[in-house]
Amino acid sequence: MQSQAQIAVDSVLEIPLPTSPRAAGVSLPVNTGADLLCSLLLQSDVEVIFGYPGGAVLPIYDALFHAPLRHILTRHEQGAIHAAQGYARVTGRPGIVLATSGPGATNLVTGLADAFMDSTPLVVITGQVARHLIGSDAFQEADIVGITMPITKHNYQIRDIAELPQVVADAFYLASSGRPGPVLIDMPKDVSSGPAAPARLPQPGPRGYRLPGVPDPLAIARIRAVIAAAQRPLLYIGGGIISAGATELLREFARRCRIPVTATLMGLGAYPDGDELFVGMLGMHGKYAANHAITDCDVLIALGVRFDDRVTGKLERFSPHSVKIHVDVDGAEINKNVAVHYPLIADVRDVLAALNADPPQPDTEQWLARIAGFEAEWPLQFKAETDFLKPQAVIELLAKATSGTAVVTTDVGQHQMWAALFYPYSRPRQWVTSGGLGTMGFGFPAAMGAQVALPDATVLCVTGDGSLQMNIQELQTVVENGLPVKVAIINNGFLGMVRQWQQFFHGKRYAQSKIGSPDFVRVAEAFGALGLRATTPDEAAAVIEQALAYPGPVFMDFVVREEENVFPMVPAGKGNDEMTLEWEEV
Amino acid sequence: MERTLSALVNDRPGVLARIAGLFSRRGYNIASITVGVAEHPGFSRMTIVSAGDDATASQMVAQLLKLVDVIDVEDITREPVVRRELALIKVQTDKVTRPEISHILEPFRVSIVDVGHTSITVEVTGDTEKVDALLTLLEPYGVLQIARTGVTALLRAAATEKERGVMAAEGL
Repeated sequence: MQSQAQIAVDSVLEIPLPTSPRAAGVSLPVNTGADLLCSLLLQSDVEVIFGYPGGAVLPIYDALFHAPLRHILTRHEQGAIHAAQGYARVTGRPGIVLATSGPGATNLVTGLADAFMDSTPLVVITGQVARHLIGSDAFQEADIVGITMPITKHNYQIRDIAELPQVVADAFYLASSGRPGPVLIDMPKDVSSGPAAPARLPQPGPRGYRLPGVPDPLAIARIRAVIAAAQRPLLYIGGGIISAGATELLREFARRCRIPVTATLMGLGAYPDGDELFVGMLGMHGKYAANHAITDCDVLIALGVRFDDRVTGKLERFSPHSVKIHVDVDGAEINKNVAVHYPLIADVRDVLAALNADPPQPDTEQWLARIAGFEAEWPLQFKAETDFLKPQAVIELLAKATSGTAVVTTDVGQHQMWAALFYPYSRPRQWVTSGGLGTMGFGFPAAMGAQVALPDATVLCVTGDGSLQMNIQELQTVVENGLPVKVAIINNGFLGMVRQWQQFFHGKRYAQSKIGSPDFVRVAEAFGALGLRATTPDEAAAVIEQALAYPGPVFMDFVVREEENVFPMVPAGKGNDEMTLEWEEV
Repeated sequence: MERTLSALVNDRPGVLARIAGLFSRRGYNIASITVGVAEHPGFSRMTIVSAGDDATASQMVAQLLKLVDVIDVEDITREPVVRRELALIKVQTDKVTRPEISHILEPFRVSIVDVGHTSITVEVTGDTEKVDALLTLLEPYGVLQIARTGVTALLRAAATEKERGVMAAEGL
């Protein structure tokens, strides 16, 4: 005979355990708007939220207390949104952020602008004061919908809980489709705490939002003909290739047509470094061969790029001899900065698939030899030293120790350019940097988010002494969550890129660019992480080895030479072929 | 050159702010903007008068189309359109000038909508040139106040087929 207790256990066991977030979301009990939000997030396959609680989101945190959603508590809302960006960039899935009203919401502004510029999918939920208080300058009230209109793909304020299921469905769809971007949902507190009934996630269908259709076969035929007739074709590829998931198609296309490839900062990893057709990064700190190739090419095939000013240099000198083909999913990027001859608003995947069906066969051997000549004229270089550390040497040592396979995040400045130039990226979503907005403070929390997404990967944050101090508080989050992020601090005691510009263009007047730092080793130890320091190449190699073997987070303080500069450099207002390769005192 | 854009948008809170914000952020000028409900519930039609060359105008259209709440936009500058604006003009008058002003108003087919001891208010509807012409003629008498709606415009019958296609795509 079974006991009562036995029966109870059996009946509990008979309830099928949710096997996916989606199933858990459907079966989640819903009484309040906040419960419904959690249910809808689960139904959208959300597994982790980066956030920070506060008054206006208390009902949502109350619902999270029981919902099977992982929450990473950061130490600043900016840390939360950059972490969500890191998560989104390495997975391709929307990163989820939760923050309270007022200061919680405004602390997200930099991350939203960064994600908007770099086309990163995010769904960001902010609390708002109760509906009857909106507009009254209530405690912790900020018009976050108004503030973030120009830096989100779209945003919503929930005025009625009945809107929520459709808004959540649309928000995820908008964030991930077409040109990805951040979407914000503002939830007044009384909507979160008010009553709600369970709901299934509806089909998305934001009215007025349209994606480009299948590319016109005639347009494809014209592009194919132009490429086939080219003598010096060049593929200029960017982050759009990675967000479209078109990496394999691109590689196939380039190899079958034997067309050399140059990548933007955001496009690194889409084409493998070291491949014979890869010319490297172009632009302000691009490789010598890449900047000459884009200047000399006769057909420029621009895929998933936006002709950013850091890429083009002086517009009049930008690729002046080429017939330009531009494929982008965002119609507003076509003819924005550079007028092109063959524009095509389409998903680059569809275009590459169509071209690969019958790839054009230009004869590029002479052109490839000429590019090899550029490469031989000025290969990427620096003068190595043995008794002190050069930043470029640190990146090379990191690349060697990780066999070029780590996920690398960076902040912004000199270290970012060295990490872009001296680390060989070979796969998409391996390289996570703040490109368009240039946000110092991005790299460390982004590494944290990347590590949450990829717990077994080696995640390396290459940062500077200035940048790290902008979000150093996230070391606590990293330690608490056991995230083994390896932070390589290129410590030159300066805001290095600012100093470089001051040296070149402001008569060496180093106004406010000399920056002090705490003892990073002791900071790491105080937070419960491992801190290591190196001042010579030998020490650096040993430190990297120790850091990679350590199971937890590490700060590696690489004390490098102060006045090292990033070369090549296209000075502002110059053409890409007018690079400065070394600095001569005038 | 002057540009007229016609936009069909979702009638939702904040849509005007999104569009005005886009124009100011990208450095496009707005000479006038008119908004009103469109033929279907839930939609508004906006007429925006701006300035720019062909490249700027196509950027304006592309940027507007990126806004989720914008259903369709057309640069109707060179299209056959009906363009109208309405102006209310308060002019200073006395016993001597009143008949003179009435005389001026006659060919404009305007209505006098308010009469006071020292002023009258005139309502004029027409294209911008007509309103400007009337204002020039009234100025010597002392124009006290002006309220202009800005231009609103619709494509002429022959040119509306494309738009119907768009509405059909939206299931309307």
